Amino acid sequence: MSDRLGIVTVASLEKGVDVRLDSPVSVEDMVVGRYVTIEGQKRRFFGMITDVSLGVTDPRLAVSPPDIADPFIAEVLTGTSTFGTIHVTPMLTIGGDAAALLEGPQPVKTIPGHFSAVNLASERDMELVFGKEDPQRFNIGNPLDMELKLCLNLVEFVKRSNGIFGKSGTGKTFLTRILLIGMLQKSKAVNLIFDMHNEYGWQGTSEGGPPVKALKQLFPASVAVCTLDEENSRRRGVSTDFVVKIGYDEIEPEDIAILRSTLNLTDLAVEATHQLKRRFGKSWIQKTLDIQDSEEVKQLLEETKIHESTLSSLMRGLGTIRRLPFIEPHAPVDAVKNILDHLDRGMNVVLEFGRYRDITAYVLVANMLARRIYSQYQSRTEKAMAEGSAAPNPLVITIEEAHKFLNPEVASQTIFGTIAREMRKYNVSLLVIDQRPSGIESEVMSQMGTKITCLLDNERDIDSVLAGVSGKSELKSVLARLAPKQQALIFGHAVPMPVAFQPREYGSAQSYKDFISAGPSEQAEKDVEELWE
Amino acid sequence: MRFINSQPSNKIAEVIEASTAQFAAQCYELYELPPLGSLVKTGDIYGIVAGATTSSLEPGRRPIARGKDEASEEAVYESSPQLSKLLRSEFEAVVVGHKDGDTLRQYLPPQPARIHGFVYLCQPDEVKEFSQSFGFLNILTSAALPVPTEELIAAALRQMSRAHEDSRAFLVAAGKELANLLSSDFIRLKNILGRLQ
Repeated sequence: MSDRLGIVTVASLEKGVDVRLDSPVSVEDMVVGRYVTIEGQKRRFFGMITDVSLGVTDPRLAVSPPDIADPFIAEVLTGTSTFGTIHVTPMLTIGGDAAALLEGPQPVKTIPGHFSAVNLASERDMELVFGKEDPQRFNIGNPLDMELKLCLNLVEFVKRSNGIFGKSGTGKTFLTRILLIGMLQKSKAVNLIFDMHNEYGWQGTSEGGPPVKALKQLFPASVAVCTLDEENSRRRGVSTDFVVKIGYDEIEPEDIAILRSTLNLTDLAVEATHQLKRRFGKSWIQKTLDIQDSEEVKQLLEETKIHESTLSSLMRGLGTIRRLPFIEPHAPVDAVKNILDHLDRGMNVVLEFGRYRDITAYVLVANMLARRIYSQYQSRTEKAMAEGSAAPNPLVITIEEAHKFLNPEVASQTIFGTIAREMRKYNVSLLVIDQRPSGIESEVMSQMGTKITCLLDNERDIDSVLAGVSGKSELKSVLARLAPKQQALIFGHAVPMPVAFQPREYGSAQSYKDFISAGPSEQAEKDVEELWE
Repeated sequence: MRFINSQPSNKIAEVIEASTAQFAAQCYELYELPPLGSLVKTGDIYGIVAGATTSSLEPGRRPIARGKDEASEEAVYESSPQLSKLLRSEFEAVVVGHKDGDTLRQYLPPQPARIHGFVYLCQPDEVKEFSQSFGFLNILTSAALPVPTEELIAAALRQMSRAHEDSRAFLVAAGKELANLLSSDFIRLKNILGRLQ
């Protein structure tokens, strides 16, 4: 595969490297996103093709084109007076001496010399950069146009908050499923997934295909599914582990604050929740909603100095929450404790929302649970640090529609903003799934370790995903040219260099087998047998 | 073609004027000129025929028209046999290389050709050997010539291609070399390429 493409003619560290193609190489075979190696005198460079263009030595050639119907003229001019060029963005370099080889690929700090030979990256080269499948690395797919397993170091991956982006229908959910399986198998982290559309727990949908198996079906021993909507889960034949109910007394004023825009509350109404909490204590929602006669209202308004219209706006909002069927005056079991117990046992927890797919329910529940789980983690980690005992299992919280939690208005109030910013100080990180990354606060975006993005075509979304990445404009052209389905670009902390790839197959019997057998344990083999009995 | 097939010992002309970059030779027989662009050699020096003239032996004396009452052109020469002695055919050759021991060098020799040196037409084998590399094209593109450069280069390549089995491949390779040499002058390149077939 190590075919020579051409030679370096112009290069700058800032702007990248121009490569003039040799005459037998057709420009049409060069596609953006492919990897090439440049053989410098002292070191090798790895780079990505980010642009392809045609060149002529004499501008008059373009003005009065030759008669290319004559095959002789066409053959003579190809590769001489008319030639193809590719623009390569160098990403990594490996020094030639033994010490540098041990050190592995390093970020590029220089450029190759004039007329260095440029080759297509071979599978060995790619393996050198991305590594092979091993106890830490998980095959997530293959680089575009290459028959090679692209491996992601998931131990590194879960050390930071990460993001998966892409327009609706580009394969975010499939990609997320693959990554969740990877984390489940290769890292010590446990996952808590707020599964808005019931895609990750038992089975998921695929566009125009039969339903696909999701986590619990593939790994029954290490996944627990809990649901907010027991009836719906039962109807779909999901074997759930427990049902989550939320008590009024568990809802804090902060939870109302992030629902401000969805409940259409005024700032003053949000402010009033704190006063009501102070006045009524823990069961403030119940008590506020219980106020019926006008005398009591009058008294409340006088005591709390809340304006009447503010209160009625708040009452309307709280009424919406009360109508959510999974909210009860007092929850029979402590959902947070239940989830934490599972997480402590190394189980991954998927919370299905059943029919309650509206954003109010999702934001409320996700934020509430995450906040309380996070505070538990925080105190446990601090305790572990003080006592020198083992810290709790690293936790990855997966949220969809992330811009609802992390938009600039509420990011400072939601727990997810805090987790994204404080990163893994307390062993909790986020896996953010979103289709409008521009809606996410830039500070949160900048803290994300690894970003995986499917096709995006909105300029602002692309800009926000690529903000702060070196070679942004080049990656932009790669990103904008991804296929509308099943192609993605990954870059950031967990990969040595950005790479466009095709996620591995998910949904066929063989793919399930491959996923399960990638795991290290004997349990996995047992699972395989059970699944195919 | 007649000249290319003739024997190596067949000398065709003799050098009558020589400089480092060019030489002129007079043919032994009137009109027995080597074709434009063919490879000739005198001593160790190779040249490419870059133009030919047939004129009166004495520079000041122009021939006069004689054929008014003759039936054919041949008859003119038959009725005035002295003509073949009074006229002469000369050609000019651009020096494109020389032999340095056993090695062919496609650049100018250290010494010009010698006057009265015999000029031979190169045989196909020698032409083929000489045209293995294209260093001579650079000399031709920059030489001051009595005929247009484009014409001469095209003629030389056409002549040489006949010595190669795969003449098209030879012309393509030469064309690519020319495209590099004339990279900034596409019109000239186009003119040459158009004359190669």
